[in-house]
Amino acid sequence: MTIETADLKRMFDTIAEAIEADKDRLCQLDGVIGDADHGIAMALGFNAVRDALASLNLAVTEPTVLLNTAAKSFLNAVGASSGPLYATAFMRAGAAVKGKAALADADFIALFQAMAQGIKDRGKAEPGEKTMVDAWQPAAEAAAAASVAGKTLAQCLEAALAAAERGAEATKDMIAAKGRSSRLGERSLGHIDPGAASAVTAIGAMRKGLASDL
Amino acid sequence: MQTKKIINDGNRAVDEMLEGILAAHPRHLRSADGSPRSIIARDGPRPGKVGLVIGGGSGHEPTFLGFVGKGLADAAAIGNVFASPPPDPILECAKAVSGGGGVLFMYGNYAGDVMNFDMAAEMAAMDDIEVRTVLTTDDVASAPRDQRQKRRGVAGNFFIFKAAGAACDRMLSLDEVERIARKANDHTFTMGVALSPCSLPQTRRPNFEIGADEMEIGMGIHGEPGIARGKLGSADAITDEMLDKIFAEMAPKRGDKVAVLVNSLGSTPLMELYIMNRRVKQRLDDIGVSIHATWVGNYCTSLEMAGASVTLFHLDAELQTMLDHPCDCAMFRAG
Repeated sequence: MTIETADLKRMFDTIAEAIEADKDRLCQLDGVIGDADHGIAMALGFNAVRDALASLNLAVTEPTVLLNTAAKSFLNAVGASSGPLYATAFMRAGAAVKGKAALADADFIALFQAMAQGIKDRGKAEPGEKTMVDAWQPAAEAAAAASVAGKTLAQCLEAALAAAERGAEATKDMIAAKGRSSRLGERSLGHIDPGAASAVTAIGAMRKGLASDL
Repeated sequence: MQTKKIINDGNRAVDEMLEGILAAHPRHLRSADGSPRSIIARDGPRPGKVGLVIGGGSGHEPTFLGFVGKGLADAAAIGNVFASPPPDPILECAKAVSGGGGVLFMYGNYAGDVMNFDMAAEMAAMDDIEVRTVLTTDDVASAPRDQRQKRRGVAGNFFIFKAAGAACDRMLSLDEVERIARKANDHTFTMGVALSPCSLPQTRRPNFEIGADEMEIGMGIHGEPGIARGKLGSADAITDEMLDKIFAEMAPKRGDKVAVLVNSLGSTPLMELYIMNRRVKQRLDDIGVSIHATWVGNYCTSLEMAGASVTLFHLDAELQTMLDHPCDCAMFRAG
Protein backbone atom coordinates (compact mmCIF):
# COMPACT_ATOMS: atom_id res chain seq x y z
CA MET A 1 0.00 0.00 0.00
CA THR A 2 1.32 3.46 -0.80
CA ILE A 3 0.72 6.54 1.27
CA GLU A 4 0.53 9.79 -0.63
CA THR A 5 0.67 13.39 0.49
CA ALA A 6 -3.14 13.55 0.58
CA ASP A 7 -3.19 10.57 2.95
CA LEU A 8 -0.78 12.33 5.28
CA LYS A 9 -2.97 15.41 5.21
CA ARG A 10 -5.98 13.33 6.15
CA MET A 11 -3.93 11.80 8.96
CA PHE A 12 -3.13 15.25 10.34
CA ASP A 13 -6.78 16.32 10.03
CA THR A 14 -7.77 13.26 12.03
CA ILE A 15 -5.21 14.06 14.73
CA ALA A 16 -6.51 17.64 14.96
CA GLU A 17 -10.06 16.37 15.38
CA ALA A 18 -9.07 13.81 18.02
CA ILE A 19 -6.95 16.24 20.05
CA GLU A 20 -9.65 18.90 19.94
CA ALA A 21 -12.15 16.35 21.31
CA ASP A 22 -9.65 15.37 24.03
CA LYS A 23 -8.60 18.93 24.93
CA ASP A 24 -10.41 19.26 28.25
CA ARG A 25 -9.25 15.90 29.56
CA LEU A 26 -5.63 16.78 28.70
CA CYS A 27 -5.93 20.14 30.48
CA GLN A 28 -7.34 18.42 33.54
CA LEU A 29 -4.51 15.86 33.59
CA ASP A 30 -2.02 18.72 33.28
CA GLY A 31 -3.75 20.67 36.04
CA VAL A 32 -2.89 17.93 38.52
CA ILE A 33 0.89 17.95 38.00
CA GLY A 34 1.51 20.91 35.68
CA ASP A 35 0.02 24.18 34.54
CA ALA A 36 -3.27 22.97 33.02
CA ASP A 37 -2.61 24.11 29.46
CA HIS A 38 -1.44 20.97 27.66
CA GLY A 39 -4.75 20.35 25.89
CA ILE A 40 -4.89 23.97 24.78
CA ALA A 41 -1.35 23.88 23.38
CA MET A 42 -1.88 20.58 21.56
CA ALA A 43 -5.21 21.67 20.06
CA LEU A 44 -3.75 25.01 19.03
CA GLY A 45 -0.83 23.25 17.36
CA PHE A 46 -2.75 20.63 15.43
CA ASN A 47 -5.45 23.11 14.40
CA ALA A 48 -2.68 25.34 13.02
CA VAL A 49 -1.25 22.34 11.14
CA ARG A 50 -4.67 21.54 9.69
CA ASP A 51 -5.09 25.15 8.50
CA ALA A 52 -1.57 25.33 7.03
CA LEU A 53 -1.95 22.03 5.18
CA ALA A 54 -5.30 23.15 3.77
CA SER A 55 -3.49 25.83 1.77
CA LEU A 56 -1.08 23.36 0.11
CA ASN A 57 -1.61 22.12 -3.43
CA LEU A 58 -1.34 18.42 -2.54
CA ALA A 59 -0.98 17.28 -6.15
CA VAL A 60 2.43 18.93 -6.40
CA THR A 61 3.56 18.62 -2.76
CA GLU A 62 5.98 15.93 -1.62
CA PRO A 63 5.48 14.30 1.79
CA THR A 64 8.60 16.02 3.13
CA VAL A 65 7.26 19.46 2.25
CA LEU A 66 3.95 18.67 3.94
CA LEU A 67 5.74 17.45 7.06
CA ASN A 68 7.95 20.56 7.18
CA THR A 69 4.86 22.74 6.79
CA ALA A 70 3.31 20.86 9.70
CA ALA A 71 6.44 21.41 11.79
CA LYS A 72 6.63 25.13 11.18
CA SER A 73 2.93 25.80 11.73
CA PHE A 74 2.81 23.74 14.92
CA LEU A 75 5.91 25.43 16.35
CA ASN A 76 4.83 28.99 15.62
CA ALA A 77 1.32 28.51 16.96
CA VAL A 78 2.39 26.90 20.21
CA GLY A 79 5.86 27.55 21.54
CA ALA A 80 5.68 25.91 24.99
CA SER A 81 7.26 22.46 25.34
CA SER A 82 5.04 20.63 22.94
CA GLY A 83 5.91 23.08 20.11
CA PRO A 84 9.61 22.23 19.76
CA LEU A 85 8.97 18.56 20.56
CA TYR A 86 6.32 17.95 17.89
CA ALA A 87 7.94 20.33 15.41
CA THR A 88 11.15 18.33 15.70
CA ALA A 89 9.16 15.10 15.30
CA PHE A 90 7.64 16.33 12.03
CA MET A 91 10.93 17.72 10.70
CA ARG A 92 12.68 14.43 11.39
CA ALA A 93 9.76 12.60 9.79
CA GLY A 94 10.21 14.78 6.73
CA ALA A 95 13.93 14.10 6.62
CA ALA A 96 13.30 10.35 6.92
CA VAL A 97 11.24 10.29 3.71
CA LYS A 98 13.07 13.00 1.78
CA GLY A 99 12.90 12.70 -1.98
CA LYS A 100 10.00 10.25 -2.00
CA ALA A 101 6.84 11.14 -3.89
CA ALA A 102 4.84 8.48 -2.06
CA LEU A 103 5.58 6.24 0.90
CA ALA A 104 5.66 2.47 1.11
CA ASP A 105 4.75 0.79 4.41
CA ALA A 106 8.40 0.54 5.42
CA ASP A 107 8.85 4.27 4.71
CA PHE A 108 6.02 5.10 7.06
CA ILE A 109 7.53 2.93 9.79
CA ALA A 110 10.81 4.84 9.31
CA LEU A 111 8.88 8.12 9.49
CA PHE A 112 7.18 7.00 12.69
CA GLN A 113 10.47 5.98 14.30
CA ALA A 114 12.04 9.29 13.28
CA MET A 115 9.22 11.15 15.03
CA ALA A 116 9.83 9.29 18.28
CA GLN A 117 13.59 9.80 18.03
CA GLY A 118 13.13 13.51 17.31
CA ILE A 119 11.00 13.99 20.40
CA LYS A 120 13.53 12.12 22.50
CA ASP A 121 16.48 14.12 21.15
CA ARG A 122 14.84 17.53 21.46
CA GLY A 123 13.57 16.94 24.99
CA LYS A 124 16.73 15.10 26.06
CA ALA A 125 14.44 12.68 27.86
CA GLU A 126 14.91 8.98 28.48
CA PRO A 127 12.18 6.40 29.09
CA GLY A 128 11.09 6.30 32.72
CA GLU A 129 11.21 10.07 33.25
CA LYS A 130 7.42 10.46 32.99
CA THR A 131 7.19 12.29 29.65
CA MET A 132 5.69 11.71 26.22
CA VAL A 133 8.79 9.63 25.45
CA ASP A 134 7.26 6.92 27.63
CA ALA A 135 4.50 6.57 25.06
CA TRP A 136 6.39 7.42 21.86
CA GLN A 137 9.43 5.19 22.32
CA PRO A 138 7.59 1.92 23.02
CA ALA A 139 5.15 2.79 20.24
CA ALA A 140 8.01 3.21 17.75
CA GLU A 141 9.66 0.01 18.93
CA ALA A 142 6.42 -1.95 18.68
CA ALA A 143 5.73 -0.62 15.18
CA ALA A 144 9.23 -1.53 14.04
CA ALA A 145 9.02 -5.02 15.56
CA ALA A 146 5.66 -5.66 13.93
CA SER A 147 7.05 -4.47 10.61
CA VAL A 148 10.04 -6.81 10.86
CA ALA A 149 7.60 -9.63 11.64
CA GLY A 150 5.90 -8.95 8.31
CA LYS A 151 2.71 -7.38 9.63
CA THR A 152 0.64 -4.93 7.60
CA LEU A 153 0.97 -1.23 8.30
CA ALA A 154 -2.44 -1.27 9.99
CA GLN A 155 -1.25 -4.06 12.31
CA CYS A 156 2.00 -2.20 12.96
CA LEU A 157 0.09 0.92 14.01
CA GLU A 158 -2.29 -1.19 16.14
CA ALA A 159 0.77 -2.56 17.92
CA ALA A 160 2.16 0.97 18.28
CA LEU A 161 -1.08 2.23 19.79
CA ALA A 162 -1.29 -0.64 22.27
CA ALA A 163 2.32 -0.03 23.32
CA ALA A 164 1.71 3.70 23.67
CA GLU A 165 -1.33 3.04 25.86
CA ARG A 166 0.67 0.73 28.12
CA GLY A 167 3.51 3.23 28.21
CA ALA A 168 1.23 6.13 29.14
CA GLU A 169 -0.46 4.07 31.84
CA ALA A 170 2.95 3.17 33.26
CA THR A 171 3.78 6.86 33.77
CA LYS A 172 1.41 6.76 36.78
CA ASP A 173 4.07 4.81 38.65
CA MET A 174 6.90 7.13 37.66
CA ILE A 175 8.38 10.13 39.43
CA ALA A 176 8.76 12.97 36.95
CA ALA A 177 12.38 13.73 36.08
CA LYS A 178 11.86 16.13 33.17
CA GLY A 179 9.65 19.14 32.55
CA ARG A 180 7.44 21.20 34.78
CA SER A 181 6.28 18.33 36.99
CA SER A 182 9.86 17.29 37.79
CA ARG A 183 9.90 19.71 40.73
CA LEU A 184 7.09 17.75 42.38
CA GLY A 185 9.19 14.75 43.25
CA GLU A 186 7.05 11.97 44.69
CA ARG A 187 3.93 14.11 44.48
CA SER A 188 3.89 13.35 40.75
CA LEU A 189 3.25 9.64 41.55
CA GLY A 190 -0.16 8.23 40.76
CA HIS A 191 -0.88 10.64 37.93
CA ILE A 192 -0.62 9.93 34.23
CA ASP A 193 1.72 12.23 32.30
CA PRO A 194 -0.38 14.54 30.10
CA GLY A 195 2.22 14.48 27.30
CA ALA A 196 2.11 10.69 27.24
CA ALA A 197 -1.71 10.81 27.28
CA SER A 198 -1.84 13.14 24.27
CA ALA A 199 0.70 10.95 22.45
CA VAL A 200 -1.74 8.05 22.76
CA THR A 201 -4.50 10.22 21.31
CA ALA A 202 -2.27 11.35 18.44
CA ILE A 203 -1.02 7.84 17.64
CA GLY A 204 -4.56 6.49 17.75
CA ALA A 205 -5.63 9.21 15.32
CA MET A 206 -2.69 8.47 13.02
CA ARG A 207 -3.86 4.86 12.89
CA LYS A 208 -7.44 5.92 12.23
CA GLY A 209 -6.52 8.60 9.68
CA LEU A 210 -4.57 6.14 7.54
CA ALA A 211 -6.90 3.19 8.08
CA SER A 212 -9.22 3.65 5.13
CA ASP A 213 -6.28 3.10 2.81
CA LEU A 214 -4.87 0.10 4.60
CA MET B 1 -18.46 26.48 36.87
CA GLN B 2 -16.42 28.95 34.85
CA THR B 3 -14.44 31.69 36.54
CA LYS B 4 -15.30 35.33 35.85
CA LYS B 5 -12.97 37.28 33.59
CA ILE B 6 -13.14 40.52 31.68
CA ILE B 7 -12.17 39.17 28.28
CA ASN B 8 -13.60 39.03 24.77
CA ASP B 9 -12.24 35.72 23.53
CA GLY B 10 -9.86 33.52 25.52
CA ASN B 11 -7.92 32.69 22.38
CA ARG B 12 -7.39 36.37 21.60
CA ALA B 13 -6.53 37.46 25.14
CA VAL B 14 -2.76 37.76 24.66
CA ASP B 15 -2.94 39.70 21.40
CA GLU B 16 -5.65 42.03 22.69
CA MET B 17 -3.60 42.68 25.82
CA LEU B 18 -0.60 43.55 23.65
CA GLU B 19 -2.71 45.98 21.64
CA GLY B 20 -3.73 47.67 24.87
CA ILE B 21 -0.18 47.80 26.16
CA LEU B 22 1.16 49.37 22.97
CA ALA B 23 -1.69 51.89 23.11
CA ALA B 24 -0.80 52.79 26.70
CA HIS B 25 2.99 52.96 26.32
CA PRO B 26 3.82 54.26 22.84
CA ARG B 27 6.76 56.25 24.21
CA HIS B 28 8.43 53.10 25.57
CA LEU B 29 7.36 50.18 23.43
CA ARG B 30 6.80 49.08 19.87
CA SER B 31 6.32 45.68 18.26
CA ALA B 32 8.85 44.43 15.72
CA ASP B 33 7.81 44.78 12.08
CA GLY B 34 5.78 41.74 11.11
CA SER B 35 6.23 40.13 14.54
CA PRO B 36 3.57 41.45 16.94
CA ARG B 37 4.73 39.14 19.76
CA SER B 38 8.20 40.75 19.75
CA ILE B 39 8.06 43.84 21.99
CA ILE B 40 11.00 46.20 21.53
CA ALA B 41 12.20 49.16 23.59
CA ARG B 42 11.96 52.47 21.71
CA ASP B 43 15.04 53.71 23.54
CA GLY B 44 17.74 51.27 24.54
CA PRO B 45 19.17 49.18 21.72
CA ARG B 46 22.17 50.95 20.23
CA PRO B 47 25.41 50.17 18.41
CA GLY B 48 28.00 48.38 20.50
CA LYS B 49 25.64 47.67 23.39
CA VAL B 50 24.84 44.10 24.40
CA GLY B 51 21.17 43.54 23.65
CA LEU B 52 19.12 42.00 26.46
CA VAL B 53 16.21 39.82 25.33
CA ILE B 54 13.89 38.44 27.99
CA GLY B 55 10.67 36.55 27.57
CA GLY B 56 8.32 33.77 28.44
CA GLY B 57 4.67 32.98 28.71
CA SER B 58 1.97 35.57 29.25
CA GLY B 59 -0.08 35.80 32.43
CA HIS B 60 2.77 37.13 34.61
CA GLU B 61 2.38 40.82 33.81
CA PRO B 62 4.19 43.14 34.33
CA THR B 63 6.77 40.37 33.81
CA PHE B 64 8.14 40.29 31.10
CA LEU B 65 7.20 43.15 28.84
CA GLY B 66 6.82 45.70 31.63
CA PHE B 67 10.58 45.53 32.13
CA VAL B 68 11.40 46.53 28.56
CA GLY B 69 12.93 49.99 28.34
CA LYS B 70 16.12 52.00 28.59
CA GLY B 71 18.44 50.62 31.26
CA LEU B 72 16.68 47.31 31.53
CA ALA B 73 15.63 44.80 28.83
CA ASP B 74 15.78 45.78 25.16
CA ALA B 75 13.06 43.37 24.09
CA ALA B 76 10.65 40.73 25.31
CA ALA B 77 9.32 37.77 23.36
CA ILE B 78 5.75 37.03 24.33
CA GLY B 79 4.24 33.55 24.48
CA ASN B 80 0.71 32.30 24.96
CA VAL B 81 -0.58 32.18 28.53
CA PHE B 82 1.94 30.19 30.61
CA ALA B 83 3.63 28.93 27.44
CA SER B 84 7.04 29.79 26.05
CA PRO B 85 7.08 31.87 22.88
CA PRO B 86 8.16 29.92 19.78
CA PRO B 87 11.61 30.63 18.29
CA ASP B 88 10.48 33.13 15.61
CA PRO B 89 9.43 36.04 17.87
CA ILE B 90 12.53 35.43 20.01
CA LEU B 91 14.73 35.60 16.91
CA GLU B 92 13.02 38.82 15.79
CA CYS B 93 13.77 40.33 19.21
CA ALA B 94 17.42 39.32 18.88
CA LYS B 95 17.67 40.89 15.43
CA ALA B 96 15.96 44.09 16.56
CA VAL B 97 18.26 44.67 19.55
CA SER B 98 21.53 43.41 18.13
CA GLY B 99 24.04 46.28 18.11
CA GLY B 100 27.09 44.20 17.27
CA GLY B 101 28.06 43.60 20.90
CA GLY B 102 26.18 40.32 21.20
CA VAL B 103 22.83 39.44 22.69
CA LEU B 104 21.98 37.94 26.06
CA PHE B 105 18.87 35.77 26.44
CA MET B 106 17.47 35.69 29.98
CA TYR B 107 14.37 33.82 31.09
CA GLY B 108 13.07 31.52 33.76
CA ASN B 109 14.28 27.94 33.80
CA TYR B 110 11.42 25.97 32.26
CA ALA B 111 11.81 23.10 29.80
CA GLY B 112 9.68 24.74 27.11
CA ASP B 113 11.44 28.09 27.32
CA VAL B 114 14.84 26.40 27.14
CA MET B 115 13.92 24.50 23.96
CA ASN B 116 12.43 27.52 22.18
CA PHE B 117 15.12 30.02 23.20
CA ASP B 118 17.87 27.52 22.29
CA MET B 119 16.35 27.05 18.83
CA ALA B 120 16.18 30.83 18.44
CA ALA B 121 19.82 31.12 19.55
CA GLU B 122 20.84 28.61 16.88
CA MET B 123 18.90 30.60 14.27
CA ALA B 124 20.49 33.88 15.46
CA ALA B 125 23.95 32.32 15.15
CA MET B 126 23.18 31.68 11.48
CA ASP B 127 22.59 35.45 11.20
CA ASP B 128 25.98 36.07 12.83
CA ILE B 129 24.49 37.30 16.11
CA GLU B 130 26.38 35.96 19.13
CA VAL B 131 23.89 34.85 21.75
CA ARG B 132 24.57 33.82 25.34
CA THR B 133 21.95 32.54 27.75
CA VAL B 134 21.50 32.97 31.49
CA LEU B 135 18.58 31.13 33.08
CA THR B 136 16.99 32.45 36.24
CA THR B 137 16.67 29.90 39.06
CA ASP B 138 15.64 31.92 42.10
CA ASP B 139 12.76 29.75 43.39
CA VAL B 140 14.20 28.19 46.52
CA ALA B 141 11.23 25.81 46.84
CA SER B 142 11.61 24.16 43.46
CA ALA B 143 14.67 21.94 44.00
CA PRO B 144 17.21 21.20 46.73
CA ARG B 145 20.14 23.54 47.22
CA ASP B 146 22.67 21.21 45.58
CA GLN B 147 20.48 21.24 42.45
CA ARG B 148 20.14 24.99 42.11
CA GLN B 149 20.47 24.74 38.31
CA LYS B 150 17.19 22.79 38.24
CA ARG B 151 15.19 25.46 40.03
CA ARG B 152 12.51 27.62 38.45
CA GLY B 153 12.79 31.31 37.74
CA VAL B 154 10.05 33.32 39.45
CA ALA B 155 9.62 36.83 40.87
CA GLY B 156 13.35 37.25 41.50
CA ASN B 157 13.64 37.74 37.75
CA PHE B 158 12.97 41.36 38.60
CA PHE B 159 16.34 41.84 40.33
CA ILE B 160 18.28 39.58 37.98
CA PHE B 161 17.02 41.28 34.83
CA LYS B 162 17.57 44.68 36.47
CA ALA B 163 21.22 43.94 37.19
CA ALA B 164 21.87 42.52 33.72
CA GLY B 165 20.05 45.39 32.01
CA ALA B 166 22.13 47.92 33.92
CA ALA B 167 25.32 46.12 32.91
CA CYS B 168 24.20 46.29 29.26
CA ASP B 169 23.29 49.98 29.54
CA ARG B 170 26.74 50.73 31.00
CA MET B 171 28.17 49.31 27.76
CA LEU B 172 29.94 46.40 29.43
CA SER B 173 31.12 43.54 27.24
CA LEU B 174 29.06 40.40 26.67
CA ASP B 175 31.44 38.49 28.97
CA GLU B 176 30.94 41.02 31.74
CA VAL B 177 27.18 41.22 31.29
CA GLU B 178 26.94 37.45 31.44
CA ARG B 179 29.09 37.30 34.56
CA ILE B 180 26.98 39.92 36.33
CA ALA B 181 23.74 38.22 35.26
CA ARG B 182 24.92 34.90 36.68
CA LYS B 183 26.08 36.54 39.87
CA ALA B 184 22.74 38.34 40.26
CA ASN B 185 20.94 35.03 39.84
CA ASP B 186 23.18 33.38 42.45
CA HIS B 187 22.36 36.22 44.85
CA THR B 188 18.57 36.09 44.43
CA PHE B 189 16.26 33.95 46.57
CA THR B 190 12.48 33.70 46.30
CA MET B 191 9.80 31.80 48.21
CA GLY B 192 6.11 31.91 47.37
CA VAL B 193 2.84 30.82 48.87
CA ALA B 194 -0.48 30.38 47.09
CA LEU B 195 -3.92 30.71 48.68
CA SER B 196 -6.25 30.21 45.73
CA PRO B 197 -5.89 29.11 42.12
CA CYS B 198 -5.89 31.01 38.87
CA SER B 199 -7.66 30.05 35.68
CA LEU B 200 -6.54 30.25 32.08
CA PRO B 201 -8.58 32.56 29.81
CA GLN B 202 -9.17 29.64 27.44
CA THR B 203 -10.56 27.25 30.07
CA ARG B 204 -11.80 29.59 32.81
CA ARG B 205 -11.44 26.64 35.16
CA PRO B 206 -9.44 26.86 38.42
CA ASN B 207 -6.11 25.19 37.72
CA PHE B 208 -5.85 23.46 41.07
CA GLU B 209 -8.00 22.73 44.08
CA ILE B 210 -7.21 23.95 47.53
CA GLY B 211 -9.21 23.91 50.75
CA ALA B 212 -10.76 27.09 52.12
CA ASP B 213 -8.34 27.02 55.08
CA GLU B 214 -5.24 25.85 53.23
CA MET B 215 -2.17 27.32 51.57
CA GLU B 216 0.39 25.79 49.24
CA ILE B 217 3.97 26.57 50.20
CA GLY B 218 6.37 26.96 47.33
CA MET B 219 3.78 26.93 44.59
CA GLY B 220 5.07 27.87 41.14
CA ILE B 221 3.87 30.89 39.19
CA HIS B 222 1.86 28.66 36.86
CA GLY B 223 0.03 26.90 39.66
CA GLU B 224 2.49 24.02 39.74
CA PRO B 225 2.14 22.32 43.11
CA GLY B 226 4.71 23.40 45.68
CA ILE B 227 6.59 21.53 48.37
CA ALA B 228 3.89 21.24 50.99
CA ARG B 229 0.32 22.08 51.77
CA GLY B 230 -0.53 23.46 55.16
CA LYS B 231 -3.16 25.28 57.14
CA LEU B 232 -3.25 28.97 56.28
CA GLY B 233 -1.20 30.73 58.91
CA SER B 234 -0.94 34.34 60.03
CA ALA B 235 0.99 36.84 57.89
CA ASP B 236 3.88 36.72 60.34
CA ALA B 237 3.94 32.92 60.41
CA ILE B 238 3.85 32.69 56.60
CA THR B 239 6.54 35.33 56.21
CA ASP B 240 8.69 33.60 58.83
CA GLU B 241 8.38 30.29 57.04
CA MET B 242 9.49 31.89 53.78
CA LEU B 243 12.36 33.81 55.34
CA ASP B 244 13.63 30.80 57.29
CA LYS B 245 14.03 28.96 54.00
CA ILE B 246 15.65 31.96 52.32
CA PHE B 247 18.02 32.71 55.20
CA ALA B 248 19.12 29.07 55.30
CA GLU B 249 20.38 29.44 51.75
CA MET B 250 21.49 33.04 51.65
CA ALA B 251 23.43 32.79 54.93
CA PRO B 252 23.19 36.52 55.70
CA LYS B 253 25.78 38.05 58.00
CA ARG B 254 25.36 41.02 60.31
CA GLY B 255 26.05 44.18 58.30
CA ASP B 256 24.98 42.65 54.97
CA LYS B 257 22.65 44.54 52.65
CA VAL B 258 19.66 43.29 50.73
CA ALA B 259 16.97 44.58 48.42
CA VAL B 260 13.48 43.28 49.12
CA LEU B 261 10.63 42.41 46.79
CA VAL B 262 7.24 41.52 48.26
CA ASN B 263 5.23 40.43 45.25
CA SER B 264 1.55 39.64 44.73
CA LEU B 265 0.71 36.61 42.60
CA GLY B 266 -2.25 38.56 41.25
CA SER B 267 -5.18 39.13 43.56
CA THR B 268 -3.53 39.50 46.96
CA PRO B 269 -3.88 43.21 47.79
CA LEU B 270 -1.22 45.72 48.79
CA MET B 271 -2.58 45.73 52.34
CA GLU B 272 -1.53 42.13 52.84
CA LEU B 273 1.78 42.62 51.06
CA TYR B 274 2.69 45.52 53.34
CA ILE B 275 1.74 43.46 56.40
CA MET B 276 4.20 40.85 55.15
CA ASN B 277 6.81 43.50 54.45
CA ARG B 278 6.51 44.74 58.02
CA ARG B 279 7.56 41.28 59.17
CA VAL B 280 10.38 41.10 56.61
CA LYS B 281 11.78 44.34 58.07
CA GLN B 282 11.53 43.02 61.65
CA ARG B 283 13.31 39.81 60.78
CA LEU B 284 16.08 41.56 58.85
CA ASP B 285 16.52 44.06 61.71
CA ASP B 286 16.80 41.14 64.13
CA ILE B 287 19.79 39.69 62.29
CA GLY B 288 21.41 43.04 61.56
CA VAL B 289 20.86 43.04 57.80
CA SER B 290 20.06 46.42 56.31
CA ILE B 291 17.54 47.07 53.57
CA HIS B 292 18.91 49.06 50.65
CA ALA B 293 15.59 49.27 48.76
CA THR B 294 12.14 47.69 48.85
CA TRP B 295 9.53 47.06 46.19
CA VAL B 296 6.01 45.98 47.11
CA GLY B 297 3.32 45.20 44.55
CA ASN B 298 2.51 43.20 41.42
CA TYR B 299 5.81 42.41 39.73
CA CYS B 300 5.45 38.78 38.71
CA THR B 301 1.90 37.52 38.76
CA SER B 302 0.08 34.34 37.98
CA LEU B 303 -3.13 35.74 36.47
CA GLU B 304 -5.62 36.11 39.34
CA MET B 305 -3.97 33.70 41.75
CA ALA B 306 -4.06 34.75 45.40
CA GLY B 307 -0.77 34.53 47.19
CA ALA B 308 2.53 36.28 47.47
CA SER B 309 6.24 35.78 47.24
CA VAL B 310 9.17 37.29 49.05
CA THR B 311 12.49 37.78 47.26
CA LEU B 312 15.75 38.89 48.82
CA PHE B 313 18.54 40.17 46.58
CA HIS B 314 21.80 39.78 48.52
CA LEU B 315 23.81 42.81 47.54
CA ASP B 316 27.47 43.50 47.17
CA ALA B 317 28.91 46.78 45.89
CA GLU B 318 28.71 45.75 42.25
CA LEU B 319 25.14 44.45 42.38
CA GLN B 320 24.07 47.54 44.31
CA THR B 321 25.50 49.75 41.57
CA MET B 322 23.54 47.77 38.99
CA LEU B 323 20.37 47.95 41.03
CA ASP B 324 20.70 51.72 41.47
CA HIS B 325 21.42 52.34 37.79
CA PRO B 326 18.51 54.32 36.30
CA CYS B 327 15.99 52.64 34.08
CA ASP B 328 12.83 53.79 32.36
CA CYS B 329 10.42 51.05 31.33
CA ALA B 330 6.76 50.95 30.50
CA MET B 331 5.79 49.57 33.89
CA PHE B 332 8.82 50.23 36.04
CA ARG B 333 11.15 53.15 36.65
CA ALA B 334 14.21 53.52 38.88
CA GLY B 335 16.95 56.08 39.52
